[in-house]
Amino acid sequence: MTAKATNSTSWNEDVLQADGPVLVDFWAEWCGPCRMVSPILDQIQAENPEKITILKLNVDENPDLAMKYQITSIPAMKVFNKGEVQTTIIGAKPKFALEQDLATYLA
Amino acid sequence: MRAGGGIRRPYHWLSHPELTEGVDVRHVIIIGSGPAGYTAAIYAARANLEPLVIASSVEAGGELMNTTDVENFPGFPEGIQGPDLMTKMQEQAERFGAEVLYDDVVDLDISGPVKRVTLGSGAVHEATSLVYATGSAHRKIGIEGEDRLSGRGVSYCATCDGFFFREREIAVIGGGDSAMEEATFLTKFASKVYVVHRRGELRASKIMQERAFANPKIEFVWNSEVIDILGDEAVTGLVVRSTEDGVERSIPLDGVFVAIGNDPRTHLVHDKLELTPAGTIWVDGRSSRTSLPGVFAAGDVIDPTYRQAVTAAGSGTVAALDVEHFLAAVGEAGTPAADADQIEGLAEVDAA
Repeated sequence: MTAKATNSTSWNEDVLQADGPVLVDFWAEWCGPCRMVSPILDQIQAENPEKITILKLNVDENPDLAMKYQITSIPAMKVFNKGEVQTTIIGAKPKFALEQDLATYLA
Repeated sequence: MRAGGGIRRPYHWLSHPELTEGVDVRHVIIIGSGPAGYTAAIYAARANLEPLVIASSVEAGGELMNTTDVENFPGFPEGIQGPDLMTKMQEQAERFGAEVLYDDVVDLDISGPVKRVTLGSGAVHEATSLVYATGSAHRKIGIEGEDRLSGRGVSYCATCDGFFFREREIAVIGGGDSAMEEATFLTKFASKVYVVHRRGELRASKIMQERAFANPKIEFVWNSEVIDILGDEAVTGLVVRSTEDGVERSIPLDGVFVAIGNDPRTHLVHDKLELTPAGTIWVDGRSSRTSLPGVFAAGDVIDPTYRQAVTAAGSGTVAALDVEHFLAAVGEAGTPAADADQIEGLAEVDAA
């Protein structure tokens, strides 16, 4: 299972009302570092299907959400839990560094 | 196991009991995938050295991946996009047999005759020689608000983050080519771009300066250093101090793009290789030879002065040729190289 896409329409259901932690990757086509981090998130999702849900949000197609969450730098990854932002990670990082940042969710 | 060719143990394999079991010893490993790394890979691959390129997991392609138009790389009269140029370099290296790994080096053991490279995935690779071409990392201003507001209005990548500053006022800090390129690029989005520079003149090339001067959205703030970045959750302004009379003033704005230069990325070799006073890796004269035999360095990591894609590529060429000479010399000096599969018992070890 790789990370799926989300958007403004399904945001409430996918993210805010979700049961467990949901990591949202704010990304765009033109962002080189986003393209590098994307397959890493797919791997983390595949390796931890029960522990965390990873979703991708295209900021070009969903500018309302990018603005609402004050995104000024991508890739930006936010972990939502019960509708609240719990963790924010900014910038592309190697897999081991992301796993460290997400340790509380992946444990 | 790598594709093609027999496994060639290096000349000293008999006297080196610490060879990691199940790991091929390659001729050369190249760390870095900018113009220096990939050019070294093209030359090494064409010399049948089957190079392994450790490209990094999230910064593969190096600094040019975050640039737009590259107008000064010879052979591209219409200019070329930085990411396209790097993709072409990679394809060229792979065409001749280079193998590219998207992973990060976390540890280096390079003092002995076998250079051992440990990756983020835990994998270990070994080679008789190493080309270190890790380039440079963007320099920080070094003030409190910078780290705190990083990703909240403070950015080091105009092409990544400019999009989020539509019709906003922002500042670019710096006076070199990359600062001018970023400022000019950011006028596509921002309503106004201040360029804050410590001196009264720019380091940037004339063509980049003229482009910036001609842009009505760019306003220069001369002879000023940034002493604070304001904002709690997001950037709200900048405090600058005049380098002439010490007068401080604040400028309200929403974004700060830092382009004040780069520092060579040497953290993995600080206690292993000799460095220069400028912080770059020391190399012997015009060669790429570092203070350790078998370890070569190329590109921005050895160059405090020129730091161009073209000079880095040239430097990568030097490193690959130096590697060839080194391998030839150790081959002659040591016991004759032998294919591992010709030696009884070793084939099983390699297959493990």
